Amino acid sequence: MTLLGGGLLLIMLAGVPGLFCRSDEHGGERFAALLTLVGAVCIGAAIVSATRGSGELSHTFAWSVPGASLAFYLDPLAICFLLPLLIIVATGAIYGLRYWPHREHPANGRKLRLFYGLISGAMILLLLARNGVLFLMAWEVMAISGYFLITTEDHQAEVRRAGFIYLIATHTGTLALFALFVLLGPSTGSLDFPAAGTLAATGSSLIFLLGLFGFGMKAGLMPLHIWLPGAHAAAPSHASALLSGVMIKTGIYGLVRLTSLFAEIPAWWGWTVLLLGAVSGIMGVALALAQHDIKRLLAYHSVENIGIIALGLGIALLGRSYDQPALIVLGLSGCLLHVVNHGLFKALLFLSAGSVIHAVGSRQIDHYGGLLKLQPWTGAMFLGGAVAICGLPPLNGFVSEWLIYLGSFQALKQPGSALAAAVLAAPVLALIGGLALACFVKVFGIAFLGEPRTTAAAQAHEAPVAMLAPMVTLLVACTWIGLLPTTLHTLLQKAVGTWAGTVVAGVATGSVAPLRWISLSAWLLLLLVVVLFAVVRWRSRTAPRELGTWGCGYRFPAVRMQYTASSFADFLIRLFAFGLNSEEHGRQVAGLFPLRQTFSSHTPDAVLDRILVPAFRAGSWLCRRLRAWFHNGSIARYLLYVIVTVIVLLTLFTP
Amino acid sequence: MELTNSILLAVILINFFTLGSARLGACVRIVAVQGALLALLPIMVHGVTLHSTLLAAGAFCFKGVIIPWMLLRAIQRVRIRREMEPIVGFVPTLILGTLTTAGTFLFADFLPLISAHHEGLYVPTALATIFSGFLLLITRRKAITLVLGYLILENGIFIFGVLLSEALPLMVETGVLLDLLVGVFVMGIVMDQISREFSTLNTERLSALKE
Amino acid sequence: MLGSLVLHLVLLLVFAPLWLGIIIKAKALFGGRVGAPLLQPYYDLARLWRKGFVFSRTTTWVFLAGPVVGLLVPLLASLLIPFGGIDAPVSFEGDLILFVYLFALARFFTVASALDTGSSFEGMGAAREVTFSCLAEPTVLFALLVLARLADGLSLNQLFGDHLGQAWQGGAGASLGLILVCLFVVLLVENSRIPFDDPTTHLELTMVHEVMALDHSGPLLGMILYGAALKMMVMSALLVRLAVPWQTGWWLTDAGLFLAGLVGVSLLVGIIESTMARLRMPRIPQVLIGTSLLSIFALVLVLR
Repeated sequence: MTLLGGGLLLIMLAGVPGLFCRSDEHGGERFAALLTLVGAVCIGAAIVSATRGSGELSHTFAWSVPGASLAFYLDPLAICFLLPLLIIVATGAIYGLRYWPHREHPANGRKLRLFYGLISGAMILLLLARNGVLFLMAWEVMAISGYFLITTEDHQAEVRRAGFIYLIATHTGTLALFALFVLLGPSTGSLDFPAAGTLAATGSSLIFLLGLFGFGMKAGLMPLHIWLPGAHAAAPSHASALLSGVMIKTGIYGLVRLTSLFAEIPAWWGWTVLLLGAVSGIMGVALALAQHDIKRLLAYHSVENIGIIALGLGIALLGRSYDQPALIVLGLSGCLLHVVNHGLFKALLFLSAGSVIHAVGSRQIDHYGGLLKLQPWTGAMFLGGAVAICGLPPLNGFVSEWLIYLGSFQALKQPGSALAAAVLAAPVLALIGGLALACFVKVFGIAFLGEPRTTAAAQAHEAPVAMLAPMVTLLVACTWIGLLPTTLHTLLQKAVGTWAGTVVAGVATGSVAPLRWISLSAWLLLLLVVVLFAVVRWRSRTAPRELGTWGCGYRFPAVRMQYTASSFADFLIRLFAFGLNSEEHGRQVAGLFPLRQTFSSHTPDAVLDRILVPAFRAGSWLCRRLRAWFHNGSIARYLLYVIVTVIVLLTLFTP
Repeated sequence: MELTNSILLAVILINFFTLGSARLGACVRIVAVQGALLALLPIMVHGVTLHSTLLAAGAFCFKGVIIPWMLLRAIQRVRIRREMEPIVGFVPTLILGTLTTAGTFLFADFLPLISAHHEGLYVPTALATIFSGFLLLITRRKAITLVLGYLILENGIFIFGVLLSEALPLMVETGVLLDLLVGVFVMGIVMDQISREFSTLNTERLSALKE
Repeated sequence: MLGSLVLHLVLLLVFAPLWLGIIIKAKALFGGRVGAPLLQPYYDLARLWRKGFVFSRTTTWVFLAGPVVGLLVPLLASLLIPFGGIDAPVSFEGDLILFVYLFALARFFTVASALDTGSSFEGMGAAREVTFSCLAEPTVLFALLVLARLADGLSLNQLFGDHLGQAWQGGAGASLGLILVCLFVVLLVENSRIPFDDPTTHLELTMVHEVMALDHSGPLLGMILYGAALKMMVMSALLVRLAVPWQTGWWLTDAGLFLAGLVGVSLLVGIIESTMARLRMPRIPQVLIGTSLLSIFALVLVLR
């Protein structure tokens, strides 16, 4: 417990010493990174010692706040969320040393470090909290620090707008959570979390809906994702990695924790989560495909991956409603493992994207090109992340998606019942996978391959070691899970046990999903590819390399003729035109010898820009009209209001 | 049983084809095939009796030969080959068609039918065919496709009718077929008039005729 | 285990280019020509492997990765599927997903190596390739779901087990027929055959798969061609097993039956190539969505 608490404090307050240093020197930043690293190691050690022992750790201290107690509890479910958190926080802190040095950003360097520490600490606290008040406090600290991380560059109007939307969204969600904990309170007597599997499901639909709204808002499930793309694009890259890799997972953690409290689960909960997951997955990846800004694109992929995680959770919930242990085990292991995986590869992608942005100075994919030659390491790291996020075999994304697939296939064993409809999760996942592949091959191909499209891209430089080392660490973690998934098997098994109780006691993940075989095939694949690649590389070592690409007969190909990100995605985007509504300008070329033509396309967010903003605008217009009508300065009319109010009150309150 | 199920399956596949194809000639021909296939049903369900043979022969003549022939002639006369710009695109109609078909299969299990009808594909196919006809009627503009929609709608009703044909006198069947034939005649005249008046077959132009 | 592994690999590696030869021969016969000898693909591969490499100065190591992964993936995937009556040497619960995702991996690297050249033609082909396979993927999954519904387990070996014989005669015949058609369409799309793609056209603007390999030459082109042949054989093997689910029990006759089935598939592809025109590009997604819908319908039929 000392280790845990000490580590927590170290991480949380890592940015404080920096406040006393000069703002334009690097004094505070190295110390902050060191504190964060030590803190992460402490917590890691605490987790290891806890898993060596009983696997759980529990401490409760009294607190003078009414209804509250300092109840900490570390169980396998929390560990699943803590592990990626620690890795990402630590790697991000080191990455930040060179990505956002104080010297280059005297205005906001200290602020960034302070809130980076605060949000990390708050998230750890949140995962350990077992009391409603403590949880909400940690939640709110996390939300507010998140706001300050997003608005690091608050001199830009776009960043301020993103931060503002985030603030509105997160507080709407928090409001729902307040109501949720108030409703949970009476059934248990105190605001401490009840033990798993003790609450009756009857009459708790409102609790579930509030939780789904509040936690779903943080997680970024599809109709509630409005804050996510802007916020992730606006924050500095290592902060985006933290926000996307870890913070949005706290929403998933909330949902998983909340559903673990109930003794039985009504079937419609599972269906709702499954449906939301499918919508988030497909629309998230379709919107991502249409983006030109690399960080917005990655942000939409977070929506997609939250969708995949929700598919797993939905399958697990359905398994509990229909008493199918295999579904619970596969669905929830897939969900939790994907939480870990997505944290790792999304952080890797954000960090390598940050390295590219740092080198080129633009977030537009179409401004890059040919970066693999200039940034070989960053490119290789991005490729690793891309392969992992597409769920392709030798890396970790495949393992978790595979578990979710198997979970949905298990539903086939129940013919005649409504559960059979859960098999549709499999084709949905396949479609998501195909689209994600198209999207990442687009980003990697346009940004890193071909010829540089701008002079800035042609002069790009490789990132320094302090930025590369965190990426390598993350890629190693991804490869580790991909090649040796069996190492996480016990943890997942225990986590599923804590979530679902004794129902799943008889079903081991290994028996329904042979992870050993996956590990074996991944090794075989990697080995064969490396060997054959080495052979071809060796045979081609003397080949001529000074020729140009064949231009299909055209003599003077220029770099501007290369396929761009928008042209690559155009075919698919037009297929999804019904949900994307891209705006295009200048597709048609007029006349025989057109001189100068411009084409631009832009895909606004399906919910925020298409529904919410117009709706709120209409609402404010209506209110303004009403106000103008009611409040028009004529005294006689105000007197009339007074009379009417008095009459109404008299009629209402006289018995 | 196996053979009737294959026929009914073919009927459903033909529904999909008409929903997804833009070529009018191919649509008319394939609907003719559908009609001819359906004409086999009465014999296969009730055996070779006078009633069923008459029904089959009538259906074959009208659905499989006469009406398609008239439609093909109409296509030749007004010289259109494709349904351009339907109100709802081909892919969305196809998706809708499949969803409604899947829906009818699920729905048919809940209908209070006698057990003999629960087993086969009759009821879901009939419902699916009726819905496909409606879909075609709702989503297309060209008068010829609309006639095809009516034809498919009638085919769906016919499948229901086959199940009931023991109880249903021949006269009712004939009446339905006659109605359809008259309908086709009327549509033919209307088509001729539209194409002469507006030099197109889009039924939307008819709304210009009001008042 | 080891014996069946060797048999699998020998069958695959030796016979894979033959089916291309049969397709070309069938097309030649339909066109009234004598055509190239049946073994021409083998000669081509041998010739390409002896040649030297030429690289564009734009390319990086990713350019090599495409052909390498494209060659190895069908090889590994073939170990997961039964060849006719011969059981798969490697089989475990859930290998069907691995099978699908291995091909996705190959696609990722093929497309990346096409984009590596910086040519807009290859970019065009790459964009089409990812679009079409995105749409083909749900079809494959629906087909696998239908098969998984009829089988006891979730390995490809069990999915394509000998229970399929009874399933054809039983109530699931219609569904199996539908997914057979759907999988055949997927085979044509994924292996870039007419009516979806034309491997022999001279116009880069209209090609899908071949245009991605425009800058690959010599051994790399050979690896791509060989990989494509392996992929075609692996996918046809599934079709053959689905259409002819019987086994004799003796490996030699099983292998003979399997090869005969593959000849049949190749002839069918050849006939389709000779008698059909290729579809307009915007029609291809429509056809693929249509096949997905058909496979959904097949799933509804077996779930009922």
